[in-house]
Amino acid sequence: MDEILEILEELNLDADVSSCDTLVDDGILSSLDLVTIIAELSDRFDITIPAREIRNENFNSAAAMFEMVERLLDE
Amino acid sequence: MKNILEYLEKTAPRFSDRAALCDEENGSLSFGEFLSLARAGGSELLRHGLYHEPVVVFMKKCPRTICAFFSVIYAGCYYIPVDIGMPQQRIQMILEKLRPRVILYDERSEALLRELGYEEQMFACGDLFAGSIDDALLAYVRSRALDIDPIYIVFTSGSTGMPKGVTACHRSVIDYAEALCPVIGADESSVFAMQVPLFVDACLKELLSVIRCGSEVWLMPQNLFMSPLAALEYLNRHKVNTLCWVASALTMISGFGAFEDVKPACIRTVCFGSEVFPVKQLRLWQEACPGARFINLYGPTECTGMSFWYEVDHEFDDHEPVPVGHPFDNTDYILLTDNDTEAAPGEAGEICIRGTCVTLGYYADPERTSASFTQNPLNKLLPEIIYRTGDLGYVNDRGELVFVSRKDNQIKNMGHRIELGEIEACADRLDGLESSCCLWDGARHKLILFYMGSADEKAVRSFMRSELPRHMLPNKILRLDAIPLMANAKIDRIALKKKYEESLKNGRNP
Repeated sequence: MDEILEILEELNLDADVSSCDTLVDDGILSSLDLVTIIAELSDRFDITIPAREIRNENFNSAAAMFEMVERLLDE
Repeated sequence: MKNILEYLEKTAPRFSDRAALCDEENGSLSFGEFLSLARAGGSELLRHGLYHEPVVVFMKKCPRTICAFFSVIYAGCYYIPVDIGMPQQRIQMILEKLRPRVILYDERSEALLRELGYEEQMFACGDLFAGSIDDALLAYVRSRALDIDPIYIVFTSGSTGMPKGVTACHRSVIDYAEALCPVIGADESSVFAMQVPLFVDACLKELLSVIRCGSEVWLMPQNLFMSPLAALEYLNRHKVNTLCWVASALTMISGFGAFEDVKPACIRTVCFGSEVFPVKQLRLWQEACPGARFINLYGPTECTGMSFWYEVDHEFDDHEPVPVGHPFDNTDYILLTDNDTEAAPGEAGEICIRGTCVTLGYYADPERTSASFTQNPLNKLLPEIIYRTGDLGYVNDRGELVFVSRKDNQIKNMGHRIELGEIEACADRLDGLESSCCLWDGARHKLILFYMGSADEKAVRSFMRSELPRHMLPNKILRLDAIPLMANAKIDRIALKKKYEESLKNGRNP
């Protein structure tokens, strides 16, 4: 979880990334941010994030990203 | 033909009931509605005494905003698109530069404009279209209009921190429409999906196709790109057949393997541009859209949209650059060396553009205008203005122009033009910071800011966040005890870059 927060901190977002749960819905993340997040998550956790997982609900909060990563690690 | 409104007036009666400007969320407008709203809005602005002056359109991406642009043109004025996504500081600079008497706003921009103290200039977009059409007044304005009158001002990044207002006139935009539409194959059966926001000149590709050719355009919500599969389903739902997207938006779809689940069903033309499109991604798109045409577009805002095109006609190796190709009809270029002589065959030179496409210059900025819009040094006999792009290029064996790099420190990030100098100028305004240098790590898509001074990294970060647009914020901010200098006391960017690369290898900060 700390690693995900670190990735989000680097993006200079206009929100408290540890609590915000509308990162995509409120337009806080740009598509460039999303590309960066996906690249970092893939690198750091050695996972492949398939296109079907790239939806708003999986990136709205640090917790949602964490859950998705856990799920992909289990697969 | 001397006025771009003639396109709309010829096309709208032919396709009156057909959809022109489409939007899932905000509702669509037919050609007939588009024309009457634009004429009603133009009449309303004239009744308010506006004429030959800047009118700011501070509205969200939706069909009515486009009608507002055309209302402004009907009133014989020029529009300046401003978006809530721009940082407050930049919006303020633009408004101070323009000193507009009227700012058209909607529910999204209302609060910010009040906060900035523009109460008196605010004009609700709802009131714009409510009045009647004054045919006589519109006809009078048209009778006095010239093709060299400005239509719009689009602001781009400037190295001093003050954005530059590129101002284009009817003649340049008509020239662009005539050259562009045949190249991208726009006609009445074309259905576009607009990816770009309305505050960049890139949106002209779709808008000109609509008014000149009777094409249909779908305005895509910006956050649709966050879900590649949803974006592809959107294209299929609306039978979109033509895309003019920045390369990073196309990559967003292809790079995450979305084609494995959904294939675009109707695509016949894909135009990419504004930045380098990786060959690997191009190939994925080609496989997903067999039979489609793929066209690379290149050009600076200062020369009205795009100026060059190249249709992909053979397989490329992974690291082979896709050429910029050939200039549009009625556009020409020269490659100049540092001595203002023509580059030898195969030699790289600065790409300088000549033709009607060259815009009027930067608004209220004679100094920076004359630095980039200069006399053609090869023409000693008559006045002739060229635009110096600051881009380096060379001509390959096939006679095609190939882009090499920037001459200066301008970079492109997600299709946005960024002057690294603007980021540095911003950092340097902070107390406790002595000097700074910004680098672009193209491979990792990251902006790195190095600085010297007593301010801590957190303070620098939060200061810059309040001053700069999101796409200009450094991803990493690093304090150094000393910034390497060259013999002439300028910052040694190459040494700094080396330092940065080494630190990445060692996994620690320099």
